[in-house]
Amino acid sequence: MMADKIAFGKRLVTKEEYFSSGHRACVGCAEALAVRLACKALGPNVIIVNATGCMEVVSSQFPYTAWSVPWIHTLFENTAAVASGVEAGLKTMKRKGRWPGQEPQVVAMAGDGGTSDIGLQALSGALERGHDFLYICFDNEAYMNTGVQRSSATPFGAATTTSPAGKESIGQVTWKKNMPAIAAAHDIPYVATACPSYPFDLMDKVAKGVATPGPAYVHILSVCPTGWRCAPELAVEIGRLAVQTGIFPLYEIEGGQYKLNVKLSKLKPVTEYLKLQGRFGHLSEATIKEIQDRVDREYAKLMEKATAVAGSS
Amino acid sequence: MAKAESELGWKDLEIGSIVAEPGSAAQYKTGDWKTQRPVLDESKCNKCGLCYIFCPEGCIKQKADGYYEIDLSYCKGCGICAMECPKDAITMVAEEE
Amino acid sequence: MAKRVGIEVSLAIAEAAKLANVDVVSAYPITPQTHIVEHLAGLVADGELDAAFIPVESEHSAMSACLGASAVGARTFTASAGQGLELMHEVLYVASAMRLPMVMAVANRALSAPINIWGDHSDAMAVRDTGWIQIFAENGQQVVDNVLCSFRIAEDHRVLLPVMIHLDGFHLTHVIEPIYMPEQDEVDKFLPPPQYPLPLHPDKPLTMGAFGPPYIYTEMKKAQEANLTAAKEVILQCWQEFGSIFGRDYSPVEGYHSEQTKVLLLTMGSFSETAMEAIDKMRDDGKDVGLIRLRLWRPFPFAEIRQAVKNAEVLIVLDRAISFGGPGGPVCSEIRSALYNEDTRPKVIGFVGGLGGRDISVSGFEEIITRGIEIARTGSEQEFEMYGVRE
Ligand SMILES: Cc1ncc(C[n+]2csc(CCOP(=O)(O)OP(=O)(O)O)c2C)c(N)n1
Ligand code: SF4
Ligand SMILES: [Mg+2]
Repeated sequence: MMADKIAFGKRLVTKEEYFSSGHRACVGCAEALAVRLACKALGPNVIIVNATGCMEVVSSQFPYTAWSVPWIHTLFENTAAVASGVEAGLKTMKRKGRWPGQEPQVVAMAGDGGTSDIGLQALSGALERGHDFLYICFDNEAYMNTGVQRSSATPFGAATTTSPAGKESIGQVTWKKNMPAIAAAHDIPYVATACPSYPFDLMDKVAKGVATPGPAYVHILSVCPTGWRCAPELAVEIGRLAVQTGIFPLYEIEGGQYKLNVKLSKLKPVTEYLKLQGRFGHLSEATIKEIQDRVDREYAKLMEKATAVAGSS
Repeated sequence: MAKAESELGWKDLEIGSIVAEPGSAAQYKTGDWKTQRPVLDESKCNKCGLCYIFCPEGCIKQKADGYYEIDLSYCKGCGICAMECPKDAITMVAEEE
Repeated sequence: MAKRVGIEVSLAIAEAAKLANVDVVSAYPITPQTHIVEHLAGLVADGELDAAFIPVESEHSAMSACLGASAVGARTFTASAGQGLELMHEVLYVASAMRLPMVMAVANRALSAPINIWGDHSDAMAVRDTGWIQIFAENGQQVVDNVLCSFRIAEDHRVLLPVMIHLDGFHLTHVIEPIYMPEQDEVDKFLPPPQYPLPLHPDKPLTMGAFGPPYIYTEMKKAQEANLTAAKEVILQCWQEFGSIFGRDYSPVEGYHSEQTKVLLLTMGSFSETAMEAIDKMRDDGKDVGLIRLRLWRPFPFAEIRQAVKNAEVLIVLDRAISFGGPGGPVCSEIRSALYNEDTRPKVIGFVGGLGGRDISVSGFEEIITRGIEIARTGSEQEFEMYGVRE
């Protein structure tokens, strides 16, 4: 066994931490966990471009930094564009003989707000232009950094500070925007979903995404105990339930073909997932049923896409 | 940086206020945030390393003997390790004042 | 020897960026900037310029991509105008605060509403406080020369700041002028490849753009202010060196019959050339009038301005932008405040004109000067007057 790696079965995971202890994420933050694992998969030869949001704030309070890799934060909505410039800049300098050493991989990181709302245009532009980079969306299903406001990635029925539950409202009244499908619609070579509750799957996908020439997109569901109003120790378990209920299936899209990574013979009922989170605490039986029906339908659609591939191969 | 953060003057700043020391957040100890602390019983541990993998702080380290130890100076006491340990080798105990 | 060629100013800017051997151009089209970036795209497509041309989906992304390119040490150029510059607004502050050198040509354009594609300085004034070095050009030669100087200044390790070159939309961008294009070998000597001291690179992992709480934000801003102010010295040195090599001299404030003259007009940008004609005409008629052209807008040349107007009794300032509900033109208010504490100083009279592409003719400038003298003598009900506005 190599001294700088830990073996998990046949897998080796580096002991190196590129996202160091001393970061200021909330207790039990699975978004921080997801970043930590992603960084392990990325290794040292990267340049990370980070959007404004929880992970930027908790990791870079001057004069400290949790990052041991080159890292730049500028604004909230421009991450994919900054990454485009980094990529174009270093490729050109390499070509002109002015980039010393190995060419690093370019990785953009943003929250669900920075990705599916305010940063969507910049992301779409960068994906369409075909820059060679990996974009990772850390989806905690709301604008957490500013105090749990709804985003287009907030799920139906979730209460946030701008989609509060009340006498006249069930909370968020729209269904979660399908960001991986939007990324995939750009015909990019690699799209995947992941969750730190499945850490090896997550690390595999990040490694694969970053190694893919051209744009790659990995969408990581990241449990936020603060915003989801759940017990911190349940952060990993809740992520697992999101997958096992079919609410957040783990899959890859390569060359337009879907592949399910965690196949489930039977989905757990969504209540098992919902009941552990305060943001869904107000939901009626009827609304839960509506969610269950929608999840069943969406999961069946996904299975169809995935099996169509399996059938044709 | 030698000076405390609130004593830094403008002439102490790097170009563009860059932070030049990688991983310097390690100087910021988050361990005093916790209200409960994990206690690991090695006699129950099977060295699976899941506590290590799932720690959001990255403050669980593998020792030379293959067992794991928790750096309490960063541990925020989330309890994920105790929850995820398949052998119930970790228990959370309340921090005393 | 440099050749003098007749060329559209926009194309000359692109050719200057090519002479500077830029690495990355990231831009989004907007009239009257389009010819600049179209020509650059063409130069890259033809293999005449070895650069990445990033055809981004907005100006916000154009400037953002410039940040990224500059942060890895690439020589970076862009151009914009009007609404495009406004869409970049928040990104501009980041470029200067993070000390990322780059050069941007701004084809000055009026701001909506109503939509208007023609020139004035509303866009420039809206980005006044973004922390960029800002130079106003009066003709195509000045733009070309200042593209080269701006890279030198921006990349100087004592500076490391982005530079904006303002040129009037259409009035300058779309005219064909005779311009000396420097030879490549001369430019290469004057402008060696950039060496950004702290680029993003895995060999030395840096954190750029850290979160700055109240205990440090003020210090960060003081550092930025001190840096921009100190850049003036480097700008002067650069212009001096440029003059000695290429034979064309530049200074922050340029006078025209301004020494010992009692009445001075102050302008910025391409209108200066028409204003000079008006000055000639009035002087022929025996009037004691002169012109001050302000070229360096940021860092503001306090000493040079004070020196240039110290013997005048009346200083008439023409702004091509308006600060609504305020003192009128931003340039006029800055000049006023720069002179306020001087023991002897001229009366400062403000005019706003030339908005949204409306021309001011030679006789128009004569009117402005004549009216300015009158206001200085009799006073005015208003803080400023709008020239040429119909009731
Ligand atoms: C242009 C702009 N608008 C709004 C904000 C305020 N803001 C900062 S972070 C943030 C929310 C971030 O949400 P998300 O991207 O989901 O990341 P999270 O904090 O949840 O990880 C908002 C609204 C900003 N910084 N810039
Ligand atoms: S608010 Fe949520 S995502 Fe942000 S640091 Fe806290 S737990 Fe993590
Ligand atoms: Mg979020």
